[in-house]
Amino acid sequence: MTAQGATDDMLLEVRGLTKHFTLHGDIYSKLAGEKAQVLKAVDGIDFHIRRGETLGLVGESGCGKSTTARLVTRLIEPTGGEVRLKDEDLLAFSPRRMKETRKDIQLVFQDPYSSLNPRKTIMHILSRPMEIHGLARSWNEKRERVLQLLHRVGLSVEHIDRYPHEFSGGQRQRIAIARALSVEPELVIGDEPVSALDVSIQAQILNLFRDLQEQFGLTYLFIAHDLSVIRHISDRVAVMYVGKIVETGPAAAIFEEPLHPYTKALLAAVPEADPGKPPPRLTLKGEVSTPIDPPPGCRLCGRCPRELPVCAEIEPPLVDVGDGRQVACHNL
Amino acid sequence: MPETVLELDDLTVRFRLRRGDLTAVNGVSFAIGRGETFGLVGESGSGKSVTARAIMRLIPDPPGEIQRGRILFGGDNVLDKSDAEMRALRGRHIAMVFQEPMSALNPVFTVCEQISDALRTNLGLSKKEARERVVELLALVGIPSPQKRLDSYVHEFSGGMRQRVMLAMALSCSPGFLIADEPTTALDVTIQATILELITSMIDKLGMSLLFITHNLGVVAHSCDKIGVMYASHMVELGEKREIFANPQHPYTVGLLNSIPRLDIQARHLTPIAGSVCNMMEPPSGCKFHPRCAHAMDVCRRDVPKLKEVAPGHHAACHLHDRGAAT
Repeated sequence: MTAQGATDDMLLEVRGLTKHFTLHGDIYSKLAGEKAQVLKAVDGIDFHIRRGETLGLVGESGCGKSTTARLVTRLIEPTGGEVRLKDEDLLAFSPRRMKETRKDIQLVFQDPYSSLNPRKTIMHILSRPMEIHGLARSWNEKRERVLQLLHRVGLSVEHIDRYPHEFSGGQRQRIAIARALSVEPELVIGDEPVSALDVSIQAQILNLFRDLQEQFGLTYLFIAHDLSVIRHISDRVAVMYVGKIVETGPAAAIFEEPLHPYTKALLAAVPEADPGKPPPRLTLKGEVSTPIDPPPGCRLCGRCPRELPVCAEIEPPLVDVGDGRQVACHNL
Repeated sequence: MPETVLELDDLTVRFRLRRGDLTAVNGVSFAIGRGETFGLVGESGSGKSVTARAIMRLIPDPPGEIQRGRILFGGDNVLDKSDAEMRALRGRHIAMVFQEPMSALNPVFTVCEQISDALRTNLGLSKKEARERVVELLALVGIPSPQKRLDSYVHEFSGGMRQRVMLAMALSCSPGFLIADEPTTALDVTIQATILELITSMIDKLGMSLLFITHNLGVVAHSCDKIGVMYASHMVELGEKREIFANPQHPYTVGLLNSIPRLDIQARHLTPIAGSVCNMMEPPSGCKFHPRCAHAMDVCRRDVPKLKEVAPGHHAACHLHDRGAAT
């Protein structure tokens, strides 16, 4: 791994990142001269991740978490904003430079049934990225490294020539993690990497993420909808709601004393596996607002129990509230 | 215990597949009393949904087959009923809510059409009466302006609203017994909270009994009186909710509870259950959990443990509990 971070420990910095999708209506709405609608999947978000840190990105379906992962890896191009990797403008990289850089940022996806090619052996799946990035030349070298990788993720030599269908969901996710590590990345982005797994297996994979981080000094951007998973894995947390980050800060602080009404609502809605805890309840009105042509003002307008007149008019900016915490709410 | 509404006795369901036989439910017994809520918990493939479907006689035969056992509903064995009798039972007396409302509801009929279908068939209401009743039902499950949503199609509703529609349909003929098969699994946590609240309030209001199937221990902790834990087709632990959470007796239940990351404290490491779920086509001998169990003994490899009472009303199927009896 490159040892550049001695002076500056900032690995990834995102400023004003935006992705708008234009929804082209059908031919009738076009003939009627209706304006195309805009879906604001990610609407100006700021966050940063330091080396060796885990940032947990949490929110409900459709809030823009996965789009954020795709933007940061340039799998899709943003509409606006800045993505800085090791203080360089990632969005300005040439395709060639970008290809080289992909080795530094790796992804682990939610569904290990669709993220591994069913027609390739584990040897192929794990050695191909090394070939592409010129990390291993001879067959022996590759095999040696693949064996090491398997060992690191808790699999063994007998698995090397098998195909993905011969593995259980948890084992496949281990393979997906090994593939991400095969090019010695600095940043690993997990997009709901444990959501498809049963609880007993989920705990194994969460422990694996933690162990690998300690061993290799990895940095994680960990995306999940499950709050207890986020609480477990993250150093810092960013809570998203309809394309916006509404609250961010150290995990312990946010979970112990949430400040934003949406974070509070999320936490109150989690059913904890302890009958002595208060039952889950919803402290917000109605359902998740739409990201299509959202009205001005706070996205939580109309649902919030602490709404002020200003909320419908001015979008609350993310402001510092001390202790490394930031909240976007007019009524603090 | 209140009067028993549903009783399963040694229920065993087998699927004859081309690759061989698969026993999905193996000697499962439990009872649910009037007004009680029973949570059936287990990971994927443990047999919980097959159990629910067997109660409704919804197991396709072939390849499925109820090999042994009885399912007593109100004293009568459901397995002896004719197809016509079953049709009279389903919807009218036992209703079911499924995980995926989008695939359980019909996309080409409006909400009103599908719900009134049930009302007209089961209760013999006229078209107009049925329509009025649908409005009441939609209002009951908290769909805003039900008059306007009557003639909408399923795709016009959000996930949470669809689940409400399905609940309205299940409640339409005021059944005494509701089976909910992972009704909130596909939903976001805030929507889940509202649907759980809705189900619990409906159960109270209508005096129904509930069989709640889920993999989420957090959900059963707040919505059930009793819990049954299934692992690889067997019922491994059964008892009052508080007792099971406070004093789990089966190593699998203990392992499950330890695997869940907590919201209030951050542990460096979780304590997962080692290994993975056994292949149900070639299940291990003896206790199905023994390859993953830290306490496995010789007897566990040999004999399937029986469900025994380990404390008043608390049953566990584990050889660790016969040691006192054996020696």
